[in-house]
Amino acid sequence: MYAFDYQRPSTVNEAAALLANGSGAKLLAGGQTLIPTMKQRLASPPLVVDLRDVAELRGIDRTNDRLVIGAMTTHAQVAESAVVASTIPGLCNVAEGIGDPHVRHRGTIGGSLANNDPAADYPAAVLALAATIYTNKREIAADDFFQGLFTTALEEDEIITRVSFPIPERFGYAKFPNPASRYAMVGVAVAKGPQGVRVAVTGAGQNGVFRATDMEAALTNAFTPDALKGISVDPSLMNSDIHGDANYRAHLVTVMARRAVQAAAA
Amino acid sequence: MTQVTMIVNGKSVTAEVEPRTLLVQFLREHLRLTGTHVGCDTSQCGACVVHVDGRAVKSCTTLAVSCDGSEVLTIEGLAKDGQLHPMQEAFREYHALQCGYCTPGMIMAAIDIVNRKGTQLDEATIREELEGNICRCTGYHNIVKAIAAGAAAMGAGEFRQAAE
Repeated sequence: MYAFDYQRPSTVNEAAALLANGSGAKLLAGGQTLIPTMKQRLASPPLVVDLRDVAELRGIDRTNDRLVIGAMTTHAQVAESAVVASTIPGLCNVAEGIGDPHVRHRGTIGGSLANNDPAADYPAAVLALAATIYTNKREIAADDFFQGLFTTALEEDEIITRVSFPIPERFGYAKFPNPASRYAMVGVAVAKGPQGVRVAVTGAGQNGVFRATDMEAALTNAFTPDALKGISVDPSLMNSDIHGDANYRAHLVTVMARRAVQAAAA
Repeated sequence: MTQVTMIVNGKSVTAEVEPRTLLVQFLREHLRLTGTHVGCDTSQCGACVVHVDGRAVKSCTTLAVSCDGSEVLTIEGLAKDGQLHPMQEAFREYHALQCGYCTPGMIMAAIDIVNRKGTQLDEATIREELEGNICRCTGYHNIVKAIAAGAAAMGAGEFRQAAE
């Protein structure tokens, strides 16, 4: 790892000021992606801004018809949260399936979303649930936030502060993890709620997380696993790599979507 | 250089470190606590697992400066008064190691499982919770047995507080 300067601000404003002046400074949330990336020298920021002490980025709250999760909330905290379990229980399952217990103790929802790894779990959940991502500057709809591999709507000096989820009638997530990395080979999140039926797929698409609109239409007619029979995503848009070719992934999307509907109905 | 102060195995330590110093480097190279191992160095194998503020983390994927003010527990902090922690004793009793390289991380992960899931652990739970720890001697069978026994012993014994 190359040397860097280190700052640990205690407010979002202080952190934002460090980003504005730092030119290329990186935010450190849980560090479960950033630190390995820096160790491999794929990233060498001159300044690392550790968000550990920014209390306003933590916490899980229910406000009326929404569930709000602070950006620095860890996967373990979401998985164990009684508030999440009583509002969007399927989101506990999403968090519980990320990485391994040790990673879940440090990795955060804000870090995962800002990184937008094409095989990460949270992007699918956030997109299916039509969540809103709040930053220090504005609010961004999930549909506008994810913009391709490791690419988001965030500007260089923008910090995710919290994620707000409308509480759905039903939500389920199913993933087929890569047996070695535990990242999603294919992960499908299905939500039925105020925004209608939404289906989001991670791990499979060449351009990162995406919505499967044919499946959404079918599930709007009948919210059952069988409604998805015969519906598949276009294999020409799927990833092909040593872990599975595009046809295999396209097939898995339908299988995982059926399981996600089943999980949502349970 | 940045100053860090943390409580390691019950003792307060203060040092000047480069910000890029990993927690595992701090433990091994600054404090000479070499019981915590570096296996894969890519946050997959779990040989480097220690507890930070009561939670198991991968110390190869944590900056020492991020642990300023924290309490850290390593494998060296488990035995008390010359007596092994019940989980260490169970690993010995069940021969839950071959080469021993993964063992410190396995034991720290095992105690973390008990802290989160209680002292009555079934085999499926243990295997699932060991997701982040790899044994390349493939000795999982006895590791799983040892964790079940060690967890039960922690429940029965007076060592409850040693888990933290």
